[in-house]
Amino acid sequence: MISRRHSLALLGAAGATMAALGPRAALARAATDKRFVFVILRGALDGLAAVPPFGDPAYRSARGALAFAEPGRNDGALDLDGRFGLHPALEKLHAMYQAREMLVVHAVATPYRARSHFDAQDLLENGTTRPRGAADGWLNRALGLLGGGRSGDQRLGLAVGQTVPLVLRGATPVGAWAPQQLPELNVDFMSRLAQLYAPDPVLGPAIREGMRAQAMNDSVLRGGEGGGRMAQGGNGPRGPRSVAAAAQAVGRLLGAAQGPRAAVIEIGGWDTHSGQGLLTGRLAPVLRMLGDGLGALKTALGPAWRETVIAVATEFGRTVAPNGTNGTDHGTAGAAFLLGGAVAGGRVIGTWPGLAPNRLLEGRDLAPTTDLTGVLKAVLIGHLGLPLDAVDRVVFPGAAAVAPLPDLLRT
Amino acid sequence: MTTRDAFIAVNRFGLGARPGELAEASHDPRGWIERQLAAPPGTRPIEATGSQRMALFQESRRRGGDQAVETLFRQNFRDMYLDDMGRRARTQIESGTPVIERLVAFWSNHFTVSVQRPICLGLAGPFEQEAIRPHVTGRFRDMLLAVARHPAMLTYLDNAQSVGPGSRAGTRMGRGLNENLAREIMELHTLGVNGGYTQTDVRELAKILTGWSLGRPGENGAGGFLFRPVIHEPGEKTLLGVRYAEAGEREGIAALTALARHQATAMHVATKFARHLVADRPPAAAVDRLARVFRDSDGDLGALARAVAALPETWAQPAPKVKTPAEFVVAALRATGFAGESRTLVAAQALLGQPPLAAPSPAGWPDVAGQWIGPESVMRRAEWAMALAQRLGQRAQPMALYDATIGPLAGDATRAAIERAGSLAESLALLFASPEFQRR
Repeated sequence: MISRRHSLALLGAAGATMAALGPRAALARAATDKRFVFVILRGALDGLAAVPPFGDPAYRSARGALAFAEPGRNDGALDLDGRFGLHPALEKLHAMYQAREMLVVHAVATPYRARSHFDAQDLLENGTTRPRGAADGWLNRALGLLGGGRSGDQRLGLAVGQTVPLVLRGATPVGAWAPQQLPELNVDFMSRLAQLYAPDPVLGPAIREGMRAQAMNDSVLRGGEGGGRMAQGGNGPRGPRSVAAAAQAVGRLLGAAQGPRAAVIEIGGWDTHSGQGLLTGRLAPVLRMLGDGLGALKTALGPAWRETVIAVATEFGRTVAPNGTNGTDHGTAGAAFLLGGAVAGGRVIGTWPGLAPNRLLEGRDLAPTTDLTGVLKAVLIGHLGLPLDAVDRVVFPGAAAVAPLPDLLRT
Repeated sequence: MTTRDAFIAVNRFGLGARPGELAEASHDPRGWIERQLAAPPGTRPIEATGSQRMALFQESRRRGGDQAVETLFRQNFRDMYLDDMGRRARTQIESGTPVIERLVAFWSNHFTVSVQRPICLGLAGPFEQEAIRPHVTGRFRDMLLAVARHPAMLTYLDNAQSVGPGSRAGTRMGRGLNENLAREIMELHTLGVNGGYTQTDVRELAKILTGWSLGRPGENGAGGFLFRPVIHEPGEKTLLGVRYAEAGEREGIAALTALARHQATAMHVATKFARHLVADRPPAAAVDRLARVFRDSDGDLGALARAVAALPETWAQPAPKVKTPAEFVVAALRATGFAGESRTLVAAQALLGQPPLAAPSPAGWPDVAGQWIGPESVMRRAEWAMALAQRLGQRAQPMALYDATIGPLAGDATRAAIERAGSLAESLALLFASPEFQRR
């Protein structure tokens, strides 16, 4: 049986259906050398646990058993700026902060103000101001503006996992990566199947993209991925190994000269209604997995790290006070992170609303003072080079009043 | 067009054709569905009940703390999960009443408990058997109550630990509410996210449900449902504008009954049911009709299933839906009668992205093609089809399998590709991977 890598070299000559796939030599020059990774934390990260505001006079009384000790003390938070700290499991992010490659946006939220995970994630990804406000994703539309749909063979966007998350879904074709465990199929078999799928509106486009992505990935990930079990994209179990494996693959693919320019990684496990804990409990291992995964991503990107912005965001924050079960319930504002060699880091930004009871939203949530859209707009404009008016018209319709946050990036 | 309708019955309502099933259904496709709905949903013996397994967990935590619990999860519960899920898959593959098995899977996904929480490795299997299966052709309200009382759900959505802040235990120990179950019951199980409830309603239902908890070791019925008056929030509550006088456990029964009978619940359930059995985007008229049946029959789920089978919209398109990964694996194994051991069955579904009872969130697995079909997933399915084909060896006959599965629907191109494939394995793999086999 012809191996996939070998077989794909033959694709260009494999008949009419295959012609659309094009040979690898047709790879177009990318519209940008900048790299962007969007990390979605599904399930609502507790921003007050990830970035504890230990300098707020109300912090200790408001957080009770979920308050961290001050930096320098036993099991204390890792100091950022004397007011805010990082969860002790986020050592990798702390090192990036100290190297001025990571910044925190605190008290940040999307425009969503109810408390459904699923509606909130939909809004976070569709880029409008309401759930199901668009059937495609804001990053897909942004990639369309970058010429992702027109620049020949290259796919600017990369989905990690077996399916494409909403934020990357839409008219602009994107590539995909997931680890391998099953027999490779020869080109003849795949071309027959692609012919059978061609008239099918769902399966037809998927198999064309799948074959194309396989060609791209195989050429970059020479030697292949070991059989690490992973099912990202909301489709299966997630674990520390899988995030690191995904991060490494994304880093290598994005690091390649002709590779994709933007990728989305999804990580679950944040919905800590009970047993949230401090250094032990449900949250610490997930945070460690996140921090270590981002560290692995930096390493794998190599020199491309300098050209990279990674935005880490979640659908909403969690209640300020612990609930009755040492956990937190669905809240509103939380924390987001920007990291990468292109980020002007080493700062915690945003207006701090305070944790005193009268400062909380509806008496329970951290009040939002920064719209996440402003952060994302700043990255799309300042980093990927999209014009402001196109971003307002196409990428984030309904957010023209939200100004891009200034000075997030190195100049 | 009877064979075309038989394809719909056997694939959209059943779980894919076993040899001879298509021929059997072609005499009277609707009758084939209705006969199964008339039979009792049956029981499957399971090694231990949810309460017994919960008691096992409580016992090991009491004796050995976190270490013992970790061991219990990694060893006993993991094995139980593989065993339960292997049995589940074999039932789906071998069942002579696949319509019932489809309904069991649909409703256990509607009321998701997921093994993403390790404790559910031991509890998810019993949950489906005890809280879901007995009610799939019974009343929605009874299923909802069974779900809300099951140790799996009480743990998965944290209600077992929720304490009324004004209760005796709450005032003494300073513990409090957990909103999780209350919110998801309204958002996901009954009214739907736009069903007209507020954050205040979430708090009120959470208060109503305080005390819905579990027996502890040494108590009567350890590990099973137990209403605990000492943690129940005292006083009157108001849910969706209706006042509930203090009545202990009966408040929760009344509130869940009202939610089960709510107009928004009828619409929410009808929409999901139609999405599962009619099309990804079901016609509004079909949804309205089902909502009416749900309401007029007081949530009779057997009547709801019969109503879908009676809708003209159901039979309009032969295969509007794409099989989920789990459905694809089961259909391929029903066709070939090749079941295999538990570990292999679970691994097959996991490889394609849908390990059983392991949905990523309480919303359950998605039920539209766009959420399942992507560039990677179609490649994976084709590769898995080849892996299965290679294992079947020389005993399989592609054209006989073709006639017994997709024959009534397949186009000339598919038939020709299967006939002309370069090897027996490729021929079989093309059959399983074909668009007609991927759809239902």
